[in-house]
Parts: sequence; C-alpha cells; structure tokens
Amino acid sequence: MTNAPFPLFPHRHLLGIKGLSPLDIETLLDRADAAVAISRQKEKKTATLRGRTQINLFYEASTRTQSSFELAGKRLGADVMNMSVASSSTKKGETLLDTAITLNAMRPDILVIRHSAAGAAALLAQKVSCSVVNAGDGAHEHPTQALLDALTIRRAKGRIGGLTVAICGDILHSRVARSNIVLLNALGASVRVVAPSTLLPSGIDQMGVEVFTRMEEGLKGADIVMMLRLQRERMAGSLVPSVREYFRLYGLDAEKLKIARDDVLVMHPGPMNRGVEIASEIADGPQSLIQEQVEMGVAVRMAVMEALLDPRRNAEGETIGGEPA
Amino acid sequence: MSAVVYTNARIVDPSRGLDENGTVIVKDGRILASGTDAANQGAPEEAEIVDCLGHAVLPGLIDARVFIGEPGAEHRETIASASRAAAAGGVTSIVMMPDTNPVIDDVALVEFVLRTARETASINVFPSAAITKGFAGRELCEFGLLKEAGAVMLTEGHKTIASPLTMRRALTYARDLDIVIAHETQDPELASSGVMNEGLFASWLGLAGIPREAEAIPLMRDLMLARLTRGRYHAAKISTAMSAEAMARAKNEGVNVSAGVSINHLALNENDIGDYRTFFRLSPPLRAEEDRLAMVEAIRTGAIDIIISSHDPQDVDTKRLPFAEAEAGAIGLETLLSASLRLYHNGDVPLLRLVECLSTAPARLLGLPGGTLKPGAPADLVLVDLDAPWLVREADIRSLSKNTCFEGARMQGRVLQTMVAGRKVFTA
Repeated sequence: MTNAPFPLFPHRHLLGIKGLSPLDIETLLDRADAAVAISRQKEKKTATLRGRTQINLFYEASTRTQSSFELAGKRLGADVMNMSVASSSTKKGETLLDTAITLNAMRPDILVIRHSAAGAAALLAQKVSCSVVNAGDGAHEHPTQALLDALTIRRAKGRIGGLTVAICGDILHSRVARSNIVLLNALGASVRVVAPSTLLPSGIDQMGVEVFTRMEEGLKGADIVMMLRLQRERMAGSLVPSVREYFRLYGLDAEKLKIARDDVLVMHPGPMNRGVEIASEIADGPQSLIQEQVEMGVAVRMAVMEALLDPRRNAEGETIGGEPA
Repeated sequence: MSAVVYTNARIVDPSRGLDENGTVIVKDGRILASGTDAANQGAPEEAEIVDCLGHAVLPGLIDARVFIGEPGAEHRETIASASRAAAAGGVTSIVMMPDTNPVIDDVALVEFVLRTARETASINVFPSAAITKGFAGRELCEFGLLKEAGAVMLTEGHKTIASPLTMRRALTYARDLDIVIAHETQDPELASSGVMNEGLFASWLGLAGIPREAEAIPLMRDLMLARLTRGRYHAAKISTAMSAEAMARAKNEGVNVSAGVSINHLALNENDIGDYRTFFRLSPPLRAEEDRLAMVEAIRTGAIDIIISSHDPQDVDTKRLPFAEAEAGAIGLETLLSASLRLYHNGDVPLLRLVECLSTAPARLLGLPGGTLKPGAPADLVLVDLDAPWLVREADIRSLSKNTCFEGARMQGRVLQTMVAGRKVFTA
C-alpha cells in the first residue's frame, strides 16, 4: 500500500481525537479502508514499515488492544516489541518518564502507550523523539477505539454525518466515550449519552451531547447504540446499587432495542459483561457489529502508524518537500 | 549598629493608612522615623543615605503559610534556602508549617526550628505547630507549652481534622491561650480521588474533580464551631466563592474568624492546567475564573484578611509524573509580592489594601512584630520598584525546588532591597 493518494497527516503523535480536523479523521478512515483489504488477503504482510521499530508500552493489561496493535505493526512489516510494564520496572519504582527515556535510547520509531493516568501519553510525547500513539490514558482518550468505531459505522451505514448515535453506560470513567463524542461530532453525527446521573461527568450537557437518563427515551430513533463496559468495582453499591438493577434499567436487551430504529446496529468496545450492560442475545444477534469492530481495530491501527511514519516526513517530524507538518 | 536613611521614598504603611512621599530612618535595627516629616528629624551620624528615587518602601511581607522540607526533606528546601528565597521576594517573616518529618507537634521540634533559623536564616522564622499529635486528628498537642516555646499558630498543615469533636475541643482549649487555630478544609470523602476543580474542564481531561462543596462543608462546620466556642479560627486557604460568602456571613454575625487565600488562587485559574501541567496541581485546586474573581473581591471587601504564598517545594520526583500521580503544591516566596502587584496594576485592589493583606494583617492576626513602619517597630522593610518589568526564569530561582506556577511569566514590580532588623538581607 502506498502513501501517495493520501494527504499528509499533519501531526507527529496521535494523543487524542481532540485536535484532529474532520479531514485528518476522514483521511485516516480512508487509509484504514485500504488496510482492511490487506488484512483480508492471503498474504497479509506489507513492507510499508520495514525496518521500523514499534514498542508497545502497556501499563494496564489489555489483551485485545495490545494484540491489535501488535498485529497491525507486523502486517506493516515493523519489528514489534511488547513491554508489559505492569510486570517489570514499575515494580522497581521506575517512573513513567525514566522508562520513556530508557526506551527512547533504544531508538524506536513509534511508541504505543496504555496507562491508567489521564495525560500519560502527552507526558511521554514531551520526552521522546519518536511518534507516540495513545492506546488509552485513564478516563481521557482512546483515539484508535473511536476511529475503529467510526470506520465500522461508515462501512455499515455508508456515512456518519446525520446519524444518531446513543452512547450508553459508564460515561464518567470512559475514555472511549470522550473520544467518540469528539469524533462523531466532528463528522456531523448527532450524539446522545444515556446513563444514570452517577455515571455522568460534571458538565456533560456542555460536551456536545444530548443527555438522557432513561434508555426508553435515549434510544428512540437511534441509528447506532454503543454500549460501554461497566467496571466491576463500580457495580456494587457505590455508583449503582446492584448489577440486577443496572441490567434492568440500562442493560441492552431485545425489548429496549426495539425502541431504536428498525435498522439499528449495536456496538461494544469489549470486553463485554454479558448480563450486565448487554444481553447475550443482542451481543451475538444479527444487529451486532462487535466482531467487525475487532477487525476494523487492526486496520485502523495500521492506518494510524502508517500515517505517523509517512516516509514523506523525516525523523524529526518535519515534512520533506515543504508541505506544512 | 549602623544607621540607614531612605530618602525620596514612597512610604506605604497600612498600619497608619499612610501612602506619602518622605523619608525612613533606620537606627539600631528599628525604625526611628518614617513619613514626610521624618526628614526634620535629621540623619543619625554616619548614616548611609539611600536615595529611593521615588520607589516604594513597604513594611516587609509576612507570609503566614510556608512549607519547608527541614527536617525530613532537606533536598526540597531547607530553612536557609527558604530564607534566601524569602529575602529576594521582599518577605521578612515567614510562619513555617508543621508538615515536616517528623511533624512539629512537640516542644523540642519547635526549639529545633527556632535554633536552626537563628543559625542559618537571614529573615524571621516563626514556627507553627500541629493541632493534634502526629496530625492523627485525635489527641491535642500541648498548646500551652508549644506557645511558650515559640509556636505562633496551630495548624494541621495540609490536613483537615475530620472529627467535629476534636475541632471543638481544639478551639475551646486554644481560646484560653489566645492562640489561632488555622485550618485548611477539604473533606477527604467528597474530594475522593479528585485532583482538580470539578467541572467541564476536568471532565474533558478525564481527571477526577474536587467539588467546591468539599471545601465549603467542613469550613461551614468550623465556622459554626468557632461561634460556639468563641475560639480564634483562621480559614487558612480558601478558594471558592461559596467559602468567601461563608466568611463574610460569619464576620457580619460577629464571629471571631479570619481567612487567607494563596496568591495562586488570586492570579490563576483551572485553565492554566492546560495540557496536564503538574506545577498547577495545587491543594485546594485552582478553581474557575468566577471563583478567582470572587477571591479578589473578598480581598477588597475584607471577607478575606491575608494573602499567602503557600510556598510548597516539590522536586522533580514528585512533579514529573502523570497529573493525577503528582504531588500538589507550588513554591511562591520569591514571586509573592510581584504576583500580588498584578492586582494593583490592573486596578483590582488598592496598593494600601494589598500591602495590608501581605504584611500588616498577618502581623496583627498572629501578634507578630513587623507589618508596620511606625517609629519603634523593627526595621523589617522592603524597597520596591513597583513598575520594573521582569521575567520569571527557572535558572534564577533561589528555592531548592523549582516548581513555580509563574515560570516564564512577566511580572511588573521588583524588589530592590530587603531589610530585616536593620540589616540588608537582599539587594538586587
């Protein structure tokens, strides 16, 4: 796959969706469409990033995101190294920045970081000389998830602008929700959030969404229903009284889904809590896009890394040939 | 001791409501005369004459909330290094917080601070002591013995006393000794894991917020207990409009209370955090612009009595971390006066009132010497060019820690000379 037809991505890092223009986003989605084709070939390996080094630095365990990034790098021909930091130097008290400086000395071309603290990816980006991809920082952003969600929607519905998307569940702690709210607004969708008020962040009504606290109202006329995972430690009495009450009021089952449009499609970033936020019949049913999301994840991550390491740009992140970086 | 005569000075002395051109005569460590008429007194023999060229002479600043790392964290700040920073900032007296390791909750530790200050500091260092032993919030410290040893105030430092019963007893017992109980209020349950002001900005950053009520609820409890006990209560560091309202209400009702605000909460707001800048992680957190404006208004109206630096040195280890993992706090001794002068230059607070909040009021509140240029007072003063522009640069900072909120900031107003007890301790 070649860079030629795609406009140059004007950022050195991908730290969040905030700060990306609609054109930046559309371009990444176009690149990802091409990457889907590659992943569906028998021969899946390309030479786009041959000789480049990708380090995955995961401070939080995440099987699916980490393997998605790993596979994306390998399909582009990069050398991929996984650092599960949860199990190594942090236990010896090394700080994020010291680890970053150490890794930087190994001269990677791209660092993929997942961390439990908001702003961790931005902090890292200040201290290393390579590109940084945020694979989730606390409750801040998870840009590749929002991109893969957008790609999934665009391929299923043919467009994003004009659609009504309902994001349901633990908005308060969700980086996925924040990235999706920004992205879907940028591309002209109308975004709703549906959750009990204890799971909504302060100021949510000023974040570019319509706020609902009842599924019966929030799902009315929805083209897409995006369910979020409810962390186990938040279920028992502190923010919601119980699992069974949560499932009754906010769990997506066939009955609630009937309120949405007939051609509604259902998404979930995974891993799912079946019987908590989503019923199995829906997760595995014909309206579910959950498998597609996983496939699109690899494609989007290929697109992002390829765009960041565009050979038209030199190692310092400056454009070769005078185009603005 | 030699004598100094400051001529051609703009004398700003809130203790006498004085803002006039004149002369300040210093002899044997004390003010001999100050004012327009002081020149009539005639210069003492062999006095050094300093022509102030119209620049301002103020009573030296008294900073009632200074955190220092000695004992226990001398790599962050020592009493000596804090004293150098203070002198450069025009601060002639500091009240040192008991948040050291060990906590200053015992006579021997108060004596240690005073001895170290005598041996290593060029400015006045007044120790404060803990309200409860080890900051545990249960057993009261020996208020009487601590006061005798030299503690000028009791405070739980950054901690909030959870038990209303403990607070009631502390206020009641302190009343008999006429000693101030200074308290920072933040309900730990309501603040929870919060790291910045709760609101839209925190929500976008994905950072847990601290609601204003976390400060106001324990503050209102304390104000009710102050009324009940008639103890001398000082709200050490308030940050929200609702706290300022609560202070104004209590004062109107005649309760014997006072309040302080940090210069950071007068000069900055939550937007300064920008892209997770940990130097702006403070406790209480920087609030919204409307809160900042309410703080400025409260300084003007008197709902708030004093301005503090809340100088809190943190080194690289505790600041170069993701925002939520970094320690709260910022240094401020060297920039306290210059940053405060912003309020004067932009017309928010008259100069006399500003100097009162920085010097005269804390002296009066805690019964400290200084805060005045009256004849007979200790010659603790500062000569300031109110208009000189300068840039805050990390390389110039005298504190051992460099965590300032004002790095790269343009200031208007610079200290030219600082004098403590008649001795020049800083000259620009």
